[in-house]
Amino acid sequence: MTNQSDTALSDTAQPDLILVAERVTKRFGGLVAVRDVDLSIPRGAIVSVIGPNGAGKTTFFNVIVGISEPTAGDVSIGGRRMIGSPVRAWVEPFTWFIPAVVLALLATAASYAGLEFFALLGTVLALIALMTMLLAAIVRPLWYMRILGRLGIFRSARPNEMVAAGIGRTFQNIRLFANMTVRENVLVGMHLKLKANLVDAFLSTPRSHAEEASAEKRAEEMLALVGLKGRGDGLAKNLPYGDQRRLEVARALASEPSLLLLDEPTSGMNPNETAEMMGLIRKLRQELGISVLLIEHDMGVVMGISDQVTVLDHGEKIAEGTPEVVRANPKVIEAYLGKPAT
Amino acid sequence: MTARTVAPRGTGSPRTAFFQFTREHRSLSIILAWVVIGLALPAIVLLPPLSTFQNQVVWVDGFALSGVYILLALGLNIVVGFAGLLDLGYAAFFAIGSYTFAFAASPQAITHLNIPFWPMLVVGALVAALFGILLGAPTLRLRGDYLAIVTLGFGEIVPAIFLNADAYTKGTNGIGGIPQPQLPCVGSVCVHFTFLDPFPFYVTMLGILAVVMILIYRLQDSRLGRAWMAIREDELAAASSGINTITTKLLAFALGASTAGFAGVFSASKLGNVTPDQFQFAVSFTILAMVVLGGMGNIWGVVIGAFTLYTIQSVLLKELNQFFQGQHVPILQNIDFVQYQYLLYGLALVGMMLLRPEGLFPSNRRRRELHQEAAEDTELAPPTQEIGDS
Amino acid sequence: MASEMATTLRVRSRIPRSVPYTAAALVIALLLLGVPQFMNAMTLGAIYALIALGYTMVYGIIELINFAHGDVFMVGAFASLWVLTTPLGLLDRPMNDPLQLAVTLAAVVIPVMLFMGLVGVIIERFAYRPLRHAPRLAPLITAIGVSFILQNIIQVVFGPSPHPTPQIFPKVDVLSVPSFNIGDFAVAGGTVRGLNLTIIVAAVFLMAVLQLFVGRTRLGRAMRSTSQDREAAALMGVDINQTIAITFFIAAALAGAGGVIYGLYFGSVQFNLGFFTGLKAFTAAVLGGIGNTVGAAVGGFVIAFIEVFAAQLGYSRWSEVAVFSVLILVLVFRPSGLFGQALGERA
Repeated sequence: MTNQSDTALSDTAQPDLILVAERVTKRFGGLVAVRDVDLSIPRGAIVSVIGPNGAGKTTFFNVIVGISEPTAGDVSIGGRRMIGSPVRAWVEPFTWFIPAVVLALLATAASYAGLEFFALLGTVLALIALMTMLLAAIVRPLWYMRILGRLGIFRSARPNEMVAAGIGRTFQNIRLFANMTVRENVLVGMHLKLKANLVDAFLSTPRSHAEEASAEKRAEEMLALVGLKGRGDGLAKNLPYGDQRRLEVARALASEPSLLLLDEPTSGMNPNETAEMMGLIRKLRQELGISVLLIEHDMGVVMGISDQVTVLDHGEKIAEGTPEVVRANPKVIEAYLGKPAT
Repeated sequence: MTARTVAPRGTGSPRTAFFQFTREHRSLSIILAWVVIGLALPAIVLLPPLSTFQNQVVWVDGFALSGVYILLALGLNIVVGFAGLLDLGYAAFFAIGSYTFAFAASPQAITHLNIPFWPMLVVGALVAALFGILLGAPTLRLRGDYLAIVTLGFGEIVPAIFLNADAYTKGTNGIGGIPQPQLPCVGSVCVHFTFLDPFPFYVTMLGILAVVMILIYRLQDSRLGRAWMAIREDELAAASSGINTITTKLLAFALGASTAGFAGVFSASKLGNVTPDQFQFAVSFTILAMVVLGGMGNIWGVVIGAFTLYTIQSVLLKELNQFFQGQHVPILQNIDFVQYQYLLYGLALVGMMLLRPEGLFPSNRRRRELHQEAAEDTELAPPTQEIGDS
Repeated sequence: MASEMATTLRVRSRIPRSVPYTAAALVIALLLLGVPQFMNAMTLGAIYALIALGYTMVYGIIELINFAHGDVFMVGAFASLWVLTTPLGLLDRPMNDPLQLAVTLAAVVIPVMLFMGLVGVIIERFAYRPLRHAPRLAPLITAIGVSFILQNIIQVVFGPSPHPTPQIFPKVDVLSVPSFNIGDFAVAGGTVRGLNLTIIVAAVFLMAVLQLFVGRTRLGRAMRSTSQDREAAALMGVDINQTIAITFFIAAALAGAGGVIYGLYFGSVQFNLGFFTGLKAFTAAVLGGIGNTVGAAVGGFVIAFIEVFAAQLGYSRWSEVAVFSVLILVLVFRPSGLFGQALGERA
């Protein structure tokens, strides 16, 4: 479905789109939760997705972040396809076996030539190759993904790979690490940004100490940014509700995303807290240049900060555009309020 | 958990000073602790009533063997305590370590290799780590209970393979004739590892334990340790924060298994033989009991728990038997406590889970997790730092 | 994160469509195994099925793998041994009078089932109920602890060596099938003993009663609703504690029946019987789809046939490895089992 209404941003020049979701469909058995939804998010924009309960908003979110594989459709980040139906998946098993088979053949040749040692070496290497490839298929390190890329094989990204691609998210029902401290929650968010590996950990190298120290400093900055300055030592589960939501944002920010997905960030908040959250979202766009995709029910928030609003109902997109345009759209009104009695 | 130099405001100065010292100079503290323990234990057993139970050589021999169990408990603590993966078949990795050394060193094995002990410590650990990955891989998508069952399955399959493939492994009789470590003589001073003198094994085990503990503490504080904690708390949120849960879990299995590999090589060398019934489910269960009773996640707690349980099992129960029989106490003298030991374990575990699931020496974090109480407001009270605070 | 499994007590499943396939499979198995081993497998299957039902019911209702369940079965076997030898004072001599036999069996089976049911309720009340809201690890560890306690009590009371059980069932041959050949393939003939038939009929009867109970009665409905959504069931007025207690009662009673059967058929019981039999029965429950009672029953027979086939091929030593491998393969590749519903998302 193409854009049917005016958006202030889709003018003459092709905007820099940070996320493009095309024809995303998600089916659970007989139930189609999301059907053919397109969504494009320009860089630096704040986009809201709204709709009645059960419209498929969270399901759509889950597809975008890689938790749910879509039944059909693609999601691209910064022009690179990240999520979608597998392409040439049947080729992948060959990558597991071919190196091992080649080595095994060499080993057989060596044994025919009477070179017993090389034959043995070849067999061992073949086994190692097989196990390495199988392990790589499970773990999916970068070099393996590059090989897949070269062969034209495409596999949908997993959640942590989406984070690496620049997506951060918060949850509708707060999912903090309850028994870890506020600071530790943010440090976990920084996981991908820290480079220290096991060897550094075991040897307790100066590099790992320096990195931890700077990580803690950055964590403090994140906390200050969301308004939790100095609260790092408390346990996450002891924070008041509003602060817990802020902590989730801080954790998501720690991975330095280019796109932040917020699932009902003002749910359960009073007007003061809501206003603060709105201010925070604006600040993120202003100061950090982060694009934001929101699911929201609070119309005040939606109308107040969104550049673009997309409306879902029963899994389909029924309207899209600036807040004013969408608000007046009769289909939207009907979705929320129902048909007038005739 | 990072090494922070927060100075706590004084509640009980010597205590906090002590903990601050151990926190800032952790590796040194661990080494010192093991030196102190290592010197104290052989001395304590020269005093009555301990000296009446067994003589010093037998005690020290027991200590050396208890070290094997402590090592196993530390390793399982990585899998269960840090990463939250309930592994009921941990003895499989122990078996792999032991049999690897047997194949590498015993003249009775079909592989006639003669690789000495010290390099095999490392090789055994690596082989076990490899199997940790192999056996852990199928469990990655499983939830807690099923993970437990699958690991239990592997814990049964591995010794069963060693038992049944008797053309290669000599079945029930196992592989004997496993050599002891050799050390070159320094000047005119030679150290001999024999069956009669447990002290060289004892000292070696102390060294292994000190090194392993230092490494484990560093693991806990590292980025990986934090990732394990996050996965334990909420796996979905952890993945959504960028953690590759697959790699992280496999690393837990691999590192836990490698510790069991160490223990296996040592045990094979100390006992001189390796048989399948050294690795039954009872062993996996005992180690789990040690971790749970000692306080999951708390490293020193696990050590104390393991040592206590082992000593109870190997010494105390026998002594209780002799004591009650000697005193002719009516009912108690007819009870064979050794036979009852698993009953007591079972009761202790059930009781522990009902009353104090965090174990005897829990870390603060674990107590918080298991009691779901609103913990003390940490902004008001001075931060309390305790051993193993994680 | 493992895929979330909707575990419910499934009463109806896709069985009716597969009846012809099942029949064909049974016929093929009969031909391959020969009559005596086939009957052996059927009997063993009945025992596994009864135990597997207990696992699946308990998991269906509180999502706990009751490690102690296999040992409940074992205690049932010892209980029947005790009843046969002590109050009834029976010797290892077959009873030829059918009426006397029937009365004796009733006098053994019913008290044992009731007693084991009570044991199950007590275990749930004191070891599992307090931990209903604890993190997953705690009840699992407790269950292992209970398993050890049961094993050791029996070991201490009866001793560690195997105990012979009185063989009171007369060696009645109901059917004698001669060996025959299909082309070059020899099918071993043998006799179908009365004991085999009685056991199979009794087990099927118990399972049918269970299905009716769970499917048609008020208490059964309470069980099913509790397993689907405990809070909603409570809000609808279902007494959760009572429902769970009843589930444990039935599960343990069935295991007790399995224990009686085991003693009658195999003639010898030992304190460590529960561990492996329990694990095999659990594999059966998982294979059939945990939470699905029909699946558990079918799974029990499948596992028994796998075990007997392995023994036939000379790999009896490897039968445990085979069963565990089945368990692991099922859990890794099709965790919902044969009859469970297909799973949702990947982690």
